[in-house]
Amino acid sequence: MSAGTPDVTGAPASSNWTARLRTRSLRAFPPEDLMPERQPAYVASWIYVFGVLTISAFVVVLASGAWIAVYGPTWWHTSSVGHFVNSLHLWSTELFFFFMVIHLWGKFFMAAWRGRRALTWITGVVAFLASIGTAFTGYLVQTNFDAQWIAGEAKDGINSAGVGAFWNVLDVGQMLLWHVTLLPLVVGALVVLHVLLVRARGVVPPIGVDEDGTFDPEFKAGV
Amino acid sequence: MATTETRPQPATGGKPGKWRGPTREYDLLKEFVIALVVVALLAAALSALFSSPDEPGITLQSWSKAAPGDFVATAAGELAGTTTSASYGPPYNSASEGMSMGPIKLQKWAGVRIPVDSANDFVVGPLSRLTNDPQATAALSQWRAATPEQQQAWASAYADALEAADNDPAKVAPGDYGPVPAMTTALLGMANSGILDSDLVDTGSGFFHTDYTRPLLFLADGGYLEETAGNHHLQGEQWGMMNETGNYPGQAWLWLYTFWYQIPPFTGAWGDNADVIIWTLMILLSLLLVFLPFIPGLRSIPRWVPLYRVIWRDYYRNAPHRGSSP
Repeated sequence: MSAGTPDVTGAPASSNWTARLRTRSLRAFPPEDLMPERQPAYVASWIYVFGVLTISAFVVVLASGAWIAVYGPTWWHTSSVGHFVNSLHLWSTELFFFFMVIHLWGKFFMAAWRGRRALTWITGVVAFLASIGTAFTGYLVQTNFDAQWIAGEAKDGINSAGVGAFWNVLDVGQMLLWHVTLLPLVVGALVVLHVLLVRARGVVPPIGVDEDGTFDPEFKAGV
Repeated sequence: MATTETRPQPATGGKPGKWRGPTREYDLLKEFVIALVVVALLAAALSALFSSPDEPGITLQSWSKAAPGDFVATAAGELAGTTTSASYGPPYNSASEGMSMGPIKLQKWAGVRIPVDSANDFVVGPLSRLTNDPQATAALSQWRAATPEQQQAWASAYADALEAADNDPAKVAPGDYGPVPAMTTALLGMANSGILDSDLVDTGSGFFHTDYTRPLLFLADGGYLEETAGNHHLQGEQWGMMNETGNYPGQAWLWLYTFWYQIPPFTGAWGDNADVIIWTLMILLSLLLVFLPFIPGLRSIPRWVPLYRVIWRDYYRNAPHRGSSP
């Protein structure tokens, strides 16, 4: 490792990849921003709870899905415990979407993309869309009548877009792997990135209020 | 979770765009742990109260026993090339171009990547593996020796006769149907015994199988699957696949996608290409949502709908003012 000119964080510039990653990570996400003890005074509404409720539901979805994965995709047809775990997976998914949609609409009406937060909005919306795909593949791998019917109905739309030639909803093996590996990884990565961006950029201030906490005079005049 | 103590931060020292106004204590980790426990308990309570639907799948065996007439008519239709799968187009065959939107033909351009020959894959192929049925073997030999035109004439005539007889093979009027009745009867026997279920899944990949394209396409060609779905309020005009069997929320988040299938012109003038048009529409709407922060007009809606004044009402009431007095 070669030492060089100190960078803005005070750490020596280095050709060591590990040191550079650490330096850049600490610069982008300082611990006090990642895990703060205080929030702006305006973070005082029930609407703020729906983000963490969405993440909590996602954790329950992952845990119940992992439980099913231990025994396999058809376990729940023959086991009462398995059926309960499947119900947990279903209802936590329903809660996940319920919370996420309220969170999304809340952020829309707060215009939460203001102040260099557009990427936070974009990652959230893309996570929502990826979650729809993940849930859809879950319905395809239930190995029951619902899966048969939904696959048969869905194939026409997907085929019409040219996607079905590569992504075959009638192939339960392909859909199972997408459901339990690829899509959860995508959603999980997007959720992590989304939360990191929220922490790095901070919670968006109220409309008409500047970052120093005071009203924008023009906004006040228009109230 | 939080106290209302405020502590103004110094105006200097923060990064550009960082909040420098009053703050309050907030325990993010405690909030997450409480939320996780509440959501886990709520999901468990909903599971205990409402469970989850699990209607057993339809097998080719159960179809052939519950609706033998429909099964035989479907098999005859496969031989005649008149079923949905036989005339589907890509990605299964080249019988049509599939859906398009003007000159844009994504379905055709994607090509035939999952080849399905309905007559051979669903009827002729399985019968050829039935080695202990002399009648079926003889019928198959007669079928193979005939010209495609003759095969088409036999199968179409039998399919029409079945339709006229309410799909009851016993009531079909006498006619020149060649080996088709014997073939469909033999296939019905295979389905009744259960061997057709495993036969159709066999795509030549060996012992293990996960691809149900062929049996699902064959099942969907018949009327029994759709009738059963209708009984479970699952058909397209019943908000289709966003529903589940039983009284469950289903994929409620697909409401907008499913909505278009309920209204004209998607149910009428655009019906032949409704799928691709609705997919394009949903992709455009999704892109609008993704890039909403950059779209003039749409991004201003929150300022016009003053819900934000409700959300931040406490802060607006107490916030300090800059410049002139409030």
